[in-house]
Amino acid sequence: MTTSALAAPATGAGTELRAAGGRAPKGENRAGWLFATPFLVLYVLFLIGPVLIGIVISLFNTTTVTSGLGSWVGFSNYADVLSSGDFWASMWHSVLFTLLTTPLLVLLPLLFAVLASRMIRHQWFFRLAFFAPYVVPSSAVCLIFAFMYTPQTGLVTNVFGWLGLTAPNFLGSTSGAWFAVVLLTLWWTFGFNFILYTAAIQDISEEVYEAASIDGAGPWQQIRSITVPLLRPTMSLVLILQVLASLKVFDQIYILLAGGPNYSTRPVIEYIYDTGFTSYRGGYAAAATMVYFVILVAVSAGWILVRNRRAAAAARGETSR
Amino acid sequence: MAGLSRRSFLAAAGGLTLAGGLSACGSPVVTSFTGGQPATADVIFWHLFGGGDGANMATMVQQFQKRTGLSVEATLLSWGNPYYTKLALSASSGRPPDVAISHLSRLPLLAEAALLEPVDTRRFESVGITQDKFTPAAWKKATVGDRVYAVPLDTHPFVLFYNVALAKKAGIVTSNGRDLQPMKGKDDFIAAIKAMKDAGGQYGAVCSITADPSTCWRLFSMVYAGLAGPIVSDGGTRVTIDRGAMEETFAFLQSLTGKLGLMPSSSTSTTASTLFSQGKVGFLFDGEWQIPTYRGVKLPGGKALDFNVVPFPALLGPKPVAYADSHSLVVPKSTARPAQRETDAIRFIKGLLDESAIWAGGGHIPAWLPVQTSRAFLKQKPQSNYIQAAFHAIYDPVAWYTGAGSDFQTAMGSVISSVLSGHTTPKGGVDAMYTSLKGFSTARPPV
Repeated sequence: MTTSALAAPATGAGTELRAAGGRAPKGENRAGWLFATPFLVLYVLFLIGPVLIGIVISLFNTTTVTSGLGSWVGFSNYADVLSSGDFWASMWHSVLFTLLTTPLLVLLPLLFAVLASRMIRHQWFFRLAFFAPYVVPSSAVCLIFAFMYTPQTGLVTNVFGWLGLTAPNFLGSTSGAWFAVVLLTLWWTFGFNFILYTAAIQDISEEVYEAASIDGAGPWQQIRSITVPLLRPTMSLVLILQVLASLKVFDQIYILLAGGPNYSTRPVIEYIYDTGFTSYRGGYAAAATMVYFVILVAVSAGWILVRNRRAAAAARGETSR
Repeated sequence: MAGLSRRSFLAAAGGLTLAGGLSACGSPVVTSFTGGQPATADVIFWHLFGGGDGANMATMVQQFQKRTGLSVEATLLSWGNPYYTKLALSASSGRPPDVAISHLSRLPLLAEAALLEPVDTRRFESVGITQDKFTPAAWKKATVGDRVYAVPLDTHPFVLFYNVALAKKAGIVTSNGRDLQPMKGKDDFIAAIKAMKDAGGQYGAVCSITADPSTCWRLFSMVYAGLAGPIVSDGGTRVTIDRGAMEETFAFLQSLTGKLGLMPSSSTSTTASTLFSQGKVGFLFDGEWQIPTYRGVKLPGGKALDFNVVPFPALLGPKPVAYADSHSLVVPKSTARPAQRETDAIRFIKGLLDESAIWAGGGHIPAWLPVQTSRAFLKQKPQSNYIQAAFHAIYDPVAWYTGAGSDFQTAMGSVISSVLSGHTTPKGGVDAMYTSLKGFSTARPPV
C-alpha cells in the first residue's frame, strides 16, 4: 500500500489523541470557537452573506444603477441565462481554458519539481526561479506579455520570425489568443503547483531511497517506482486545485484580451461581470453566477464521490487481503 | 523598549491611526468608510481621453486653474465600457466625481437611472449655459425625456479624408485646385472613387473594416440614415429595421469592396492608416479625430502628405447625413455635494466651453456656438470645413444598450464587417442584424 504510507503518520497521531482524551474538554472547545471567530465573521460577512444576497437578487430585476431590489421576476432570470447562447459560449470558453491548461499545469511542474530535487547544488535557485513569477500581480504579467505579443515589434512575435515561422496573430485571432493566454498562464502560475510538488518530494523519507539504492535501483528507477507513486496524493490535490482555479479564470483573459476577439475567448466570469456591471443587469448576472456556482459544486461533489468510492474500494481490498 | 508594554504600544498605534484619519476628513481613505465624497480638490473631474485629446484636455484644465485659482483633479480612466461602468457605479453608490465626460450616445441610460443632475436649471443659466448657444442637434441629443442632462462640448462626425495631390490628378477638384467638386448621390461618389483609383493605383478608397466594428457601424449608420429612421425604437425595446433600406445600404457598401473593386475588402486600422499616409489611396473614411494622426506625415518621396477633410455628400438619400457622437460634460448626482462644490463644477464646465478652441485641435467641432463662430476656430483647417456635419448629425439610436464602445456597436459592426468583406450577402446581413437586435431588444432593461 504505497498511498497510505505518506498519510499514515498524520492519521495515526489523530486517532491516538482522540483515543486518549475522548472529546475535547469544554473550555478548550470554547477557546477553539473563540480563535475561529475572526475567520468565521469574515467568512459569514464576505462569503455566506453575499451568496444569500445573490440568491435573493437573482429573483428580482435588480440593477447596479438604481437602488433597491427592483421588480420581482421569479425564475425568469434563470430561464434567460439557461437559454442564452452567450452564456453557454462563455461557459465553454472557461471549460476549454481548463482543458488546455490543466494537463500542462499538472504534469510539467511535476517533471520540473522532480528534476529540481535531483539538483545537488544551487537547488534554491531553481526553486526560486520557478516560483518567482507566481508572486507577480496579474495586471503586471498581462502588460508584459501584451508587449511581447505585439504584432511586428513584440518579442514573442520576433522569436517566431527568427525561427523562420510566421507568428500567429496573438491578440487578433481566436486561436492565437488562446495560445497567448495559455502560455502566459503556464509561465505565471507554474510556480504554485511546483512548490506543492517540491514540498511533497521533501516529505518522502531519504531511507526509502537509501533502501532502494542498496537494492540496486538506479536514479530513473527510483523516480519511477518511488517518487512518482508517493506523489500520487499530491497529484490528485494539484489536479482538483488546478481544475477549480482554471474554471474561474478571469484576470488574464480580461486584461490581455478583454474576452476578444469578438468575445471568442470570454470566460464565464467575464460574462457575469459584463452583464452585471457593464450592462448594469445585476439580477441577471446573479442568476448566471448561481448557475455557474451550482456547476462548480457539482464538479467538486462528483470529484469527492469518485475519490471516496475509490478509497472505500481500496480499504475493502486491504481488509480482504 | 522595556517601558513600552504591548498594550500601550497598541493603544498608541491605534490613537495615531485615528488622529491621522481625523486630521484628513476629506481624504479618500476616510470618505470610503464614511460614505462621503472625497474632497481632494475643488473640482474632481473624470474623463477618458488619452493621446492628443488627453493633452488638449490637460491644457484646458491648466488654463482654467490658472484663470480661476480653483484646483482641479483630473482623472483619466480607460476608454469605453470600463469608463462607463465606473462612472455609473460611482454615481449609484453616491460617490461620484463633480464633473465627468460622457458621450451623448451613452446619456439615455445614465439619465433614466437618475444618476445625473439636469443642466437646464437656473444655476447653469446664470453663467450663460443656455440652449441657444449650442449646436441644435447636440443639444437635442442631450435631452432625455423633457430634461437636459448634459452640456455638449463638441460634435465629432465620421468624415471623408482625401489626398489633395491625388484628387488633383484625378481631376475631381474645383478650379482652386483644392476643394472637391460637389457630389450629389452615390453615382457621383462612385465616379469620384473610380477617378481616385485610376490616379492612385490599387484602390480608390480605404476604411478600417477588419476587427474594427465601431468604424463599420459608423459607416453603415451614415449611409442607412439617409434612407430610414433608427433601427430600434421605444427605448430599444422594439426592432424597427426597414429591410428594403438596409438591404440597399448593404448592397451599396458591398459593391465598393466587392464587384467594383474600389476598396480593400479586408483592412485593419493599420492597413487604412498606412495606405493613406503613404499616398497610395485617395479617400479615407474615418472619424475626424484621426486628423492628428496624419498631420506632418511625410510621403515615401519625402514630401509632406497634403490632405483635406470634408463632410460626406448625400449618398443614397436626398440629403447629406453625418454619423456623429458628442463628448459632453455631466454632473453626476450626489446627495452630499455642498453648494460650493456645485458652483465650482458649473464654473469648470463653463471654463472648458470657453477653452474649446483648444479642444478643436483634436479635430472636433465645438458645440459652444460662441467658440464655433469665433475666428480662433474658423481659422483652424480642415476642422472648419465640416461644421455643417454637426448640424446634420445622426447619433446612435436611443436605447439602454447603445452608445460609444458598447456591446451593441460591437455586435452590429461584426455583422457589417462580414457583409463588407463579402462573407455575408446583403440579405443575409439584414437577417443577422435582425437576430442580433432581437437579443438586445428582448433583454430586460435595467431602467
